This record gives sequence, structure tokens and C-alpha cells, in this order.
Amino acid sequence: MRDFSYLRAGSVDAARQAAALPGAMLLAGGTTLIDLAKCGVAEPDTLVDITHLKGLDRIDVNERGATIGALAKMGHVADHADIKSRFPAISEALWQAASAQIRNMATIGGNLMQRTRCPYFRDPANFSACNKREPGSGCSAIGGVTRGHAVLGTSEACIAMYPGDLATALVAFDATVHLGERRLLVDDFFLLPGTTPDREHAIKPGEMITAIEIPSSAAARRSTYLKIRDRQSYEFAAASAAVGIEFEADGRTIRDLRVALGGVATKPWRARAVEDALKGKVLEPETIRAASLLAVEGAVDHGANHYKIELAPRVVARAILKLGETA
Amino acid sequence: MTKIPVHLDINGQHHELQLEPRVTLLDALRERLGLTGTKKGCDHGQCGACTVHVDGERVLACLTLAAQAEGRTITTIEGLAREGELHPVQAAFLEQDAFQCGYCTPGQIMSAVACIREGHAGSDEEIREYMAGNLCRCGAYPHIVAAVRQAALEVAS
Repeated sequence: MRDFSYLRAGSVDAARQAAALPGAMLLAGGTTLIDLAKCGVAEPDTLVDITHLKGLDRIDVNERGATIGALAKMGHVADHADIKSRFPAISEALWQAASAQIRNMATIGGNLMQRTRCPYFRDPANFSACNKREPGSGCSAIGGVTRGHAVLGTSEACIAMYPGDLATALVAFDATVHLGERRLLVDDFFLLPGTTPDREHAIKPGEMITAIEIPSSAAARRSTYLKIRDRQSYEFAAASAAVGIEFEADGRTIRDLRVALGGVATKPWRARAVEDALKGKVLEPETIRAASLLAVEGAVDHGANHYKIELAPRVVARAILKLGETA
Repeated sequence: MTKIPVHLDINGQHHELQLEPRVTLLDALRERLGLTGTKKGCDHGQCGACTVHVDGERVLACLTLAAQAEGRTITTIEGLAREGELHPVQAAFLEQDAFQCGYCTPGQIMSAVACIREGHAGSDEEIREYMAGNLCRCGAYPHIVAAVRQAALEVAS
């Protein structure tokens, strides 16, 4: 790991200003950044440590929703009683992510800044072509080993999969990210690769994530995060679904439905086509399975990742049906 | 790069070091302070061999900069036993034969102590899930789960 200078920020404003300088980066839990520095992917000149800032780790839950400070740890949010009861999908997405140690380090703000696990992106010593790392250098993944790559939202420049779980649940429930005063839907915070896969987030130099906010809803209260993977634990998703449901008074007719996919797309993937197809419908396995196929409309595989196109709708259907059983 | 002063509070002892900013807590422990109980496995946050406690919570020393740990309370495997008496988790690992080569064991034990304290050792299934961040390439998992289960019962009683 190349050396860098280390600066401990005394305030949010000082951190934002220091990190806006060329070669400077914010350092929170470090679970992505220090790892990527060791891989030779991140080569910061200065790290601005924000982990000693006070008051940014609060978790506030009230009738309107939850506001979670950028420095709250993943593990603390996962175990928070009000998050578990009012936003089960958020808690489940968090405790099924990474390991207990990493969840004690990684912050909510840093989680949104997590980079892809594309093995070509992570290995500059062996693969010089990566449009995410070096714009215009090409893509080593296309034509390579693609089992873990995206089938939705890809471009000719990049097929790297977005690996996170939390953000998948956040986009399902219309969460916003606070960049100081500026607010953005989490869905808009993540960018499609298009021709600029090096640009992953709609964050500008001099901005810093200060909090996320999740509005309350009946669908968020009856929600779940289903994650299917090669190993039972401590593994990224082969396909995952954050699902929330609200029934009419009859307990069978779907009034509101939220569906987002993880592990299959280049960004957290809201599946509105599934939601629209099922609102007003009665919860029946056949109807659910048919509508869940809409989750992968427009999917394009690169050979070894074809299985995700079959797997993702099944994960969506199983998650919806599981929530229906608790009605 | 210029070295910076870093003050670390480890196992109740205060240490004053001059370190390059890039030095991880793991390298500071092993290379500078001779605390080699904390192991370097993958050095990328994937194996859990370097697990230590910072302010009472289990974290990975390989992805923590030593400078970030300043002002925090650090406990390593060397700081677990009290007055020559093994911690109940250490004793349970011996009793259950919860290792083969032993390389992952300090990390497993530090992780298990925290796992029990967090209240995540309520069943074998829960132990497996919340100990998933500690890999054992010898495959001693069944005995590790038995040791954590035994220690959790002892701590509770």
C-alpha cells in the first residue's frame, strides 16, 4: 500500500473541504478504502479520517420515518429495535451483509460509497483494462469470467455488479441520502455505468454524506430481504430481493408493493414493473410468479451469469409469497 | 512519508509510536509491539484472523489504520486472560478441541467473546451466522460452534 498523509477532521465542514482537494479522500470504516488501497486500486495522497466526528452516528426513528447518521455502524443499525420492527428489510439486508467484524467498522455513509467487487476492477496488476478505473481503457470482464457480473443496467463499457445489500432495501422504500443540505433519492444517487462507469455516485467534490432518511410506510413495516448466495453466510448475493407489501383490509389484495433487486444489476435495482403489475391483484402464487418475471425485463447476460436471469424472478416471487404467509 | 505520533491503549497499557500513516493496527501490533497473537491471514478483511476488540467491539485490525485507533481501547488475544486465568472462551476452545493448526484460533476466540457479549450465541444456527467472518481452513467448525455454545452457557450462568 502506497503511503499517504493522514488528517483527522475536526468538523463536517473541515472534512468536506479537506476531501475536496486533489488526491484527498474521506476515510470512515475503511473496509472498502483500505482494502482497495492494498489492491492498488485506490491511491490517495491524503486520507481525511471522519470516524472521530461526534454526533453523526445517531439513529432516530419516529412516526415519519428513520434518520440514520452517516457514521452509524451497519451492525448497530441492524440490531436497532425500531429499525427491526418498522423496517425489517433494512435490518435483514444489513445483518446478512459482510461479517460481524466488518459491520462493526463499516458506516452507513461508507456503505453507500462501497465499490464493485468485479475481480478485474480489483486487480490492476493483472488487468490493465477497466473503464471504471481508467476511463477508455476497455473492459476485461466482457469476454472474461462473468459469473458474478450484472445482467441489468449494463453498458458496452462496464458490466460490474453493484454488490451492496443495504442500498437495495433503501431504493425499495424511497429512502433519501443527505449530502449536507442537498437531498437525493438513493435511487438517483447511484448512476448507471453508461459511457462513464468511473462515475458511480451523484456526489460532487466537496460534498459528504451526512445521513440517510427512510420514510415510514405500511410496506416498509411488512418487508423482508431475501438473499440467495453460493455460501450460506459472508458472501455477496447471487440474487437478492428487498420486498415490502401492504394489503387491503381483506388481507389478500395488494394495495402497495415495493420490489428491488440486488446482486444482478449495475446499481440497486427498483423493479417497478413488478410492483405495477401486482397492485390491486390478489396474492396467488401463479399471479406472483408470472409478474415476478417482469423483474428481469431487458436483462442481457454474458454467458456464465445467465443463471441470474432465471434466479432473480424466483427470489422476488419467494420473498413476496413469504410476506403473504404472515398476513 | 513523514511519520506521525500515534498513541495506542492496548490491553491496559499505553504505547507511544511513530508510524507511517499507512501502518495498519495489525502491523503495529505485530511488527512494532511484538503482540503476534493477532494473526495476519488474508490482510484484506476476508478471513477474520486479525480480529481484535476496539472499544469492546470486534473489528478487523488489517483494515483499521493504527492512527484511527488512537483514543480507543484496544484488546487483543494477549489481553483476554485475567491474572493467569484463561477467559471462559479460551478454556472452552481447549476443552472442545476447537482447532487443528491453531492459526485462526486467536481471531476465532476474540470473535466468539464479542459474539456472546452481543447476544448472538443463542443457538447453533445463530453462532454459525455470527461467526461466519472467521474462516478455519482446517475445518474445525463443528468444534468451534460447540466451544462457543459451551462458553455462552458458562458466561450466562
